[in-house]
Amino acid sequence: MKIPEGLNYTQDHEWGKIDNRTMRIGITDYAQGELGDIVFVEFMEKGTQVAKGESFGTVESVKAVSEIYAPVSGTILEVNETLAETPELVNQDCYGDAWMVVIEMEDPSEADSLMDAEAYAEFLSAEAK
Amino acid sequence: MSYLCQTDEDLKTILDTIGIDSAQEVFSSIPVTLKYTDRLDIPGPLDEEFLRKTLAGRPSEGGFAGGGIYRHHIPALVDAVASRQEFLTAYTPYQPEISQGTLQGIFEYQSMMASLTGMEVSNASMYDGATALAEAALMASRLKGIRRIIVTRTTHPAYRAVLRTYLQNIRDLELVEIPFDPDTGRTDLRSLEEAVGEDAAFFVQQPNYFGIVEPMEKIAEISSKTGFWGMVITEAISLGIMKRPGSYDPDVVVGEAQSFGNPVCAGGPLLGFFCVNKNHVRRMPGRVVGMTKDHNGRDAFCLTLATREQHIRREKATSNICSNQGLCALRSALYLSAMGPKGLRTVASQCASGARYLMAALKDKGIQPLFGAPFFHEFVMKMDEKKRLALKDLGIIAGIPIAADYPELPDAVLITVTEMNTKEDLRCLLENL
Repeated sequence: MKIPEGLNYTQDHEWGKIDNRTMRIGITDYAQGELGDIVFVEFMEKGTQVAKGESFGTVESVKAVSEIYAPVSGTILEVNETLAETPELVNQDCYGDAWMVVIEMEDPSEADSLMDAEAYAEFLSAEAK
Repeated sequence: MSYLCQTDEDLKTILDTIGIDSAQEVFSSIPVTLKYTDRLDIPGPLDEEFLRKTLAGRPSEGGFAGGGIYRHHIPALVDAVASRQEFLTAYTPYQPEISQGTLQGIFEYQSMMASLTGMEVSNASMYDGATALAEAALMASRLKGIRRIIVTRTTHPAYRAVLRTYLQNIRDLELVEIPFDPDTGRTDLRSLEEAVGEDAAFFVQQPNYFGIVEPMEKIAEISSKTGFWGMVITEAISLGIMKRPGSYDPDVVVGEAQSFGNPVCAGGPLLGFFCVNKNHVRRMPGRVVGMTKDHNGRDAFCLTLATREQHIRREKATSNICSNQGLCALRSALYLSAMGPKGLRTVASQCASGARYLMAALKDKGIQPLFGAPFFHEFVMKMDEKKRLALKDLGIIAGIPIAADYPELPDAVLITVTEMNTKEDLRCLLENL
């Protein structure tokens, strides 16, 4: 299972990549593996304000529909439109082409509470027990 | 015993196989003197409904009550197939491993409803038309920015009552009713125009509760200014003769399909239908059966898009309806297969012409209908209660009184004519009025 360095992770299995005041967000390798074949994704529109921990979209697999939660508060700047047509990208490249949204952070210090790769790996193994 | 029909082609194949030219040749060994050569003195064939009446030896029951639940001809085939033990269960079995018949029945029902309404997708059915409307309103209310549900006052009163119940505890959602024009019985377009907006979801019943045909072209144009709009069809038979709802481009078409092969039986069981286009398929309540391939590549049927139902999504489910009206939906698929497009159209036009015949006869007697606009197979007239009850004593249900739901229309009675009303029924009503 891939847990790249340099990303921030949440307990709900989202990753975030910080670039100045923005954060690019997607779901982790663990999340896509647990969900199975992903058939549909849906996100809130550009310009929507979301609060940390609030759902900004859903990922639907053949097994279930799951919410995706914002790791930080902010405004949705970009939405990955290609996922509407090719949701299976989430299974193939969850940390790359299958990024989901970019959020302009309201308060970048919120990201401090997120886990780094090592902490997330520990969190996953604790969860498994 | 199964009934197998024989086409001319079948007969020819049989004759060719045994090497003779006509069926009569089979009997050529019987001496001519022993053959009966006259025509048998038996009456000609009867249609199914008349045959049933003749054998039962009693006049038709029912009369002229409609208003959302309708008495129509049900081909014997519907009962014969639907009462097979594989179908007649108290619970709809959905497991694809053991329920291909049930699932295919639902799939065929969905395909027929989608084609009749002109929409892309139908769900596996709902409890009844009223809950289908209420679920459509809930679906609209989950869309961003919808604050008001607008419904025409010419929508079935029971449907509006169910809608009120469903919506009463939803915060920040207002239910608005659009009045009707007292002369035509149609929805008042100016009021509608003033009410619509992007924050509203709008529903219109066609034909409306008074049987009147609403001016759909104009209503569709006004509806395009809403955030979401839908059509409500309480008499599915009307789909056989009227323009497809889907051609007006609504977001949803819901209604009641009891008329398709389900009897009038103490108010039920009913059969709600729910159709949308693909863009809304993930917001649609209820179940959907899809066609797929099994392990060996054969066509197979199974539930699809079930991930948004309550057993998976819990409180975030699109609705709490995880069942359907399996047997009633099957009956309606059987009905439609037996009648075919031509048969459905014939039933619809017989209803419409019967109602016109009755209205003309009433006008001849000096009785005027309450509304002037074109209608399908129902219309409203005034009839004082005494007269209505006197007719009831004679065994004629002259229609259903609607003044309790519309206090502005005292003594109003809704009269329905279907293909089941014979000329004799009409004469009986007219003579005793």
